[in-house]
Amino acid sequence: MAELSQSSGKRAAATAPAQQDRHAAAIAMYRKRNKFGLFFWIPLVWLIIVAIAAIGAPFWGLPPADEIDWVYLQSPPVEGHPLGTDVLGRDLLSRIIWGARVSLTVGFAAPFIGVGAGMILGMIAGYYRGWADEVIGIAIDSWLAIPGLVVLLLFAVVFGGSLFMVCFSLGLLFIPTAARITRAATLNYAGREFVLAARAMGASDFRILTKEVLPNIIWPLIAFILIDIPIAIVIEGALSFLGLSVKAPTPSWGGIIAEGREHLSVSPHISMYPTIVMFLTVLSFNLVGDAIRRRLADVREGAI
Amino acid sequence: MNYLIKRFQRLLIVLGVVTLITFLLVNVLPGDVAYEIAGMDSSEEEVQEIREELGLNRPVLIRYVEWVTGIFTGDWGTSYISDEDVWEAITDRFPVSFELMILAQILALLLAIPAGMISAFRPNGRGDRIIGTIAFASVSMPSFMTAILLIYFFSLHLGWLPATGYEPLSEGLWQNLRPMILPALSLALVEWTILMRTLRVEMIAVLQENYIALARAKGMSNLRILLVHALRPSSFSMITLLGLQVARLLGGTIIIEQIFGIPGVGRLLIHAVYTRDFIVIQGCVTFFALAFVTANFLVDIAYAWLDPRVRTRGAHG
Repeated sequence: MAELSQSSGKRAAATAPAQQDRHAAAIAMYRKRNKFGLFFWIPLVWLIIVAIAAIGAPFWGLPPADEIDWVYLQSPPVEGHPLGTDVLGRDLLSRIIWGARVSLTVGFAAPFIGVGAGMILGMIAGYYRGWADEVIGIAIDSWLAIPGLVVLLLFAVVFGGSLFMVCFSLGLLFIPTAARITRAATLNYAGREFVLAARAMGASDFRILTKEVLPNIIWPLIAFILIDIPIAIVIEGALSFLGLSVKAPTPSWGGIIAEGREHLSVSPHISMYPTIVMFLTVLSFNLVGDAIRRRLADVREGAI
Repeated sequence: MNYLIKRFQRLLIVLGVVTLITFLLVNVLPGDVAYEIAGMDSSEEEVQEIREELGLNRPVLIRYVEWVTGIFTGDWGTSYISDEDVWEAITDRFPVSFELMILAQILALLLAIPAGMISAFRPNGRGDRIIGTIAFASVSMPSFMTAILLIYFFSLHLGWLPATGYEPLSEGLWQNLRPMILPALSLALVEWTILMRTLRVEMIAVLQENYIALARAKGMSNLRILLVHALRPSSFSMITLLGLQVARLLGGTIIIEQIFGIPGVGRLLIHAVYTRDFIVIQGCVTFFALAFVTANFLVDIAYAWLDPRVRTRGAHG
């Protein structure tokens, strides 16, 4: 008996520090998980390089993206053409850098357009309910009933391919999901006490939506924009691969990959370099977005 | 039952809106179909004649109603470029697209199920982390890029599989499947990650159940537990997801069919876009929407049938 109680007492004494250790370990793991590690900084550096290269494209002393070098047609990397040339003898590095402009513009503009519009629709649906909710719900369902690429094809054929139209039609694709997220979040907050209090104080609907509801629902939407950026870049790539994005002489990543496709056996570098650059960029956006999103989620939880 | 009727009403409304918007986009906004048919250097009378012939100078709404009734009676119009009946053109090519989609789903499942089981067996273990990293990378790899890489390695470098082409089933099963492997794989290599993640999450929960502990206590091998006892109850969400993925795949097949030269509906649509064949575009978009909405509806039915909770939730609104 005595032995038993002694052993149990020993065990109790032993568990206290062990438990503390476990707490410390859990906290350490939590910190480690949320620190921006190498998988955040390396992709970020890559994205900054791509962005600077794209923004300063005219200043790097590269041959113009549509200049034809008759000496080097379809050549692998040589002096003066660090990544080689394409079938028409145009410098590949220069084309990839100019193409980055299209990809990055679409990548940033489209999610902002889509999430912005979706946010407004979602707030109206979630706040006013009733027939507005019903109409917006049907519109969203109908919009989702056509596969995204088909919508874009339809727009491409109807409105033709300019950079603005590509951004705009791609932005439209992000509306339904953004509107759904916003609607659910707005529904959640519209009945809260502080909204009722604001209404009791005579605040207008517009003021309630922008000052009371919006600050509470904006974070998930920002996280959503972060997810959408790589998606927009991929879809733009698919569109320009089909030749339905920006018009032909303007280089775009998908377009360069498509041009190199027919010469894959002789000069694979034409397709491979833009593929690698695009893959790294999309992967980096995914990694950076993921890290920031995790951070945002923690900030939110901490604040509450 | 109530729930299903409600879903069905919604489905009809959605189809109405989709067909109306498609019709308006194709018929009202851009110049005029008649100009497209008549060609660049045609006189105003010629254009007018074509308009008369196609009935384009009548009110839009009437033409829309006619077109929609046509959809139900099998009259989807005739392409004015190839003179082909649109409905026939689509139904001729759909089996090819369908085969591609099914193959892609099978390959995606073959990748997702073992990967999901390994991940769920030891969450955050080494296997889970490796698979998670691969999944993250393959999400960042759109199908057209995967297709290019696959063609480069398997067709041009190794010469194992053809880069393009299609053989009908009448040429023999292997002849038919051989050119389909790479296209299906390019689609599957994107789709498997979503399936894998869904399976992983659900299986982690299932593995906590008592009956799994019992099976383990009985001395059952891990492999048997995973395959026989855990897989079936964990694959519920994954199966629903398979239906929902039809939409993504419908979009995905368009570009893959174009790359590999497979004569499916996607290729028909792309060709129509290049030649500005509006009647075919209109038909294809409607067809895609119809297929997608029907697939979703079937998933809903299956879901309600499999899980009584959904049925009651629906009945109460």
